Amino acid sequence: MELVMAIAIGALTTCGVWLMLRPRTYQVIMGLCLLGYGVNLFIFSMGRLSVDSEPVLTPGLEATLLQYDDPMPQALVLTAIVIGFAMTALFLVVLLAQRGFFGNDHVDGQGDAE
Amino acid sequence: MTGGLIQSITAALMPHLMIAPILLPLVTACLLLFVGDRRHRTKATISLSATVINLAVAVALLLWSKQGEGPSAFGVYLPGNWDVPFGIVLVLDRLSGLMLLLAAMVALMALLFALARWHKAGAHFHPLFQIQIMGLNGAFLTGDLFNLFVFFEVMLAASYGLLLHGSGPSRVKAGLQYISINLAASSLFLVGAAMIYGVTGTLNMADLAARIPDVASADRALLHTACAILAVAFLAKAAMWPLNFWLVPAYSSASAPSAAMFALLTKVGIYVLLRLSTLLFSPEAGHSAGFGSEWLAWGGMATLAFGAIGMLASQRPARLAGFSVIVSSGTLLAVLGFARPELTASALYYLPSSTLAVAAFFLLAELMDRSRTDPASQRAPEDEEDHLPFALADLEIARTANLDEDEEVLIGRAIPATTALLGLAFICCTVLVAGLPPLSGFIGKFAMLSALLPLQSGTPAVSAASWTLMVLVITSGLFALVALSRTGIRFFWAPMERGGHMLRVAEYVPIAVLIGLCVLFTVRGEAVMRYTAATASSLYHPRGYIDAVFSAQPLPTPTNAERLGVPVPEKQP
Repeated sequence: MELVMAIAIGALTTCGVWLMLRPRTYQVIMGLCLLGYGVNLFIFSMGRLSVDSEPVLTPGLEATLLQYDDPMPQALVLTAIVIGFAMTALFLVVLLAQRGFFGNDHVDGQGDAE
Repeated sequence: MTGGLIQSITAALMPHLMIAPILLPLVTACLLLFVGDRRHRTKATISLSATVINLAVAVALLLWSKQGEGPSAFGVYLPGNWDVPFGIVLVLDRLSGLMLLLAAMVALMALLFALARWHKAGAHFHPLFQIQIMGLNGAFLTGDLFNLFVFFEVMLAASYGLLLHGSGPSRVKAGLQYISINLAASSLFLVGAAMIYGVTGTLNMADLAARIPDVASADRALLHTACAILAVAFLAKAAMWPLNFWLVPAYSSASAPSAAMFALLTKVGIYVLLRLSTLLFSPEAGHSAGFGSEWLAWGGMATLAFGAIGMLASQRPARLAGFSVIVSSGTLLAVLGFARPELTASALYYLPSSTLAVAAFFLLAELMDRSRTDPASQRAPEDEEDHLPFALADLEIARTANLDEDEEVLIGRAIPATTALLGLAFICCTVLVAGLPPLSGFIGKFAMLSALLPLQSGTPAVSAASWTLMVLVITSGLFALVALSRTGIRFFWAPMERGGHMLRVAEYVPIAVLIGLCVLFTVRGEAVMRYTAATASSLYHPRGYIDAVFSAQPLPTPTNAERLGVPVPEKQP
């Protein structure tokens, strides 16, 4: 599972960075989204990957992280997702405004977008 | 008498007063959303009174934090009433008190300036402005790494709105780039914070500082990588070269009051770097002691050089102000990289005075641009090229240049009062930014240079890095002086037709007050220096901070009494 997770994070981040460096605004926003997904998975994996561990304290089971899932990264990732979503929405608005002003979708507002 | 009164009121309100700098702007912003778009007067009144109260709270908190004989009194507040490493925590010490007061002063002056005309230029200026204050205050008060991320995002989200305030192609274009670089930096912030949690199992700054010496040597490299990734996020905010190319286009295209607030944002990056580097990499941190400080010093010097050259290459006042932000950041980063208490003390003196000067400069830059007579060449929002708003090169200075249209001699004629006032403010800004005597910019730089030189016995020998920094600080002052006097001459002394442009009192007063505060810094230099010296000494002895945070106890309630081992409090009837 570690390998699958690592490859997924790596692929998302690579694609995100490459798209972010592209000259068109739509590619940039897609890049930022992918980068955000990669980062969210990364935060999630920092709580250690485990299968079938209890999420909520149950009586009779010792209250250590060996027995349970770490709740902290899940709380963090939830906050990060919400903030990331809001920022993407805002970025989309600015992207449309830029297109309205310059009539093209180049990040500098001019030049060949190809 | 009044001081005693303030202190007794503050003592009665503490520790709950500590959450006021966050709650007050938040509640005000919510309230402002319910006021109709056209009721400018109501909105302005609410916003202004909240900002004034915010300033009063900041003063009270600063006075509280410098009470007592110890290097610093620590205020610790547990907003969730949970024990320390688990719940979030707000911490007030001398450094956060100083930053709160600085932010409150700049915010009040920027708001006053905006009330003259800018706040009507678009919707929701006031709520965004209040949220910006909330984000700044939260970032200065929080004692938790993830909460810091949240307040960073609050602050940035408001700054995106403020940057776009007034609209126009150049703002939208600069905004797009500003938002994307900050989103990328936020991703790095998250990666760094998550890695630190993965290695140490905590995000509480005091808990982190206590645990770092015991990190296993196999994990040490991972921890350092995490801290370096985290630092890149802050350095992008603090405008270290080569992470600062976004700054000048964004700041110089923002409306003047927003730009004055943005002068504070770079200082948040510097505040966080100072806070975390002194807490996490103190001499008590074992193998991690002093991690990254060399990078900070050399990176700061590169930033300083970049900013100074950029100033020489700029024409428009707003761009000059943008580059002076970079110069100020570079100086601070380089000096903090040396990690010596006496140097940090002088840097903490330089920080507020340079921030006030740059904020005043941003406000003044707009008045200077607007004061040109020709409406067509006035600074239009879409004029993003770095040209003066009038063409001096095309101007043939004939022998009759000193004669007006009636062939009367211009020399000896009184300069219009508005031009004289603007010129006076410009001279003060020049003196402050370039660090010339007699104002506080000079005292700050002088204190730094004298701390770098081994004037007292017992200080270490001057290293190559110290020499480089000294040369750079002096040269950048010279470059700033050259660039600013060139612009000043072209704006105020060039033979130009001048119309009866308006200078509103409401727009001039904030600039005058900001410069006046710098003069106050000069006059009361010794008192400020004593304060910053005590701040620096408490920063480099993080044991006090850690102990203060861990000694905070949640209030007993029926639900946590059993866990805390105290008798269950009786319910209030």
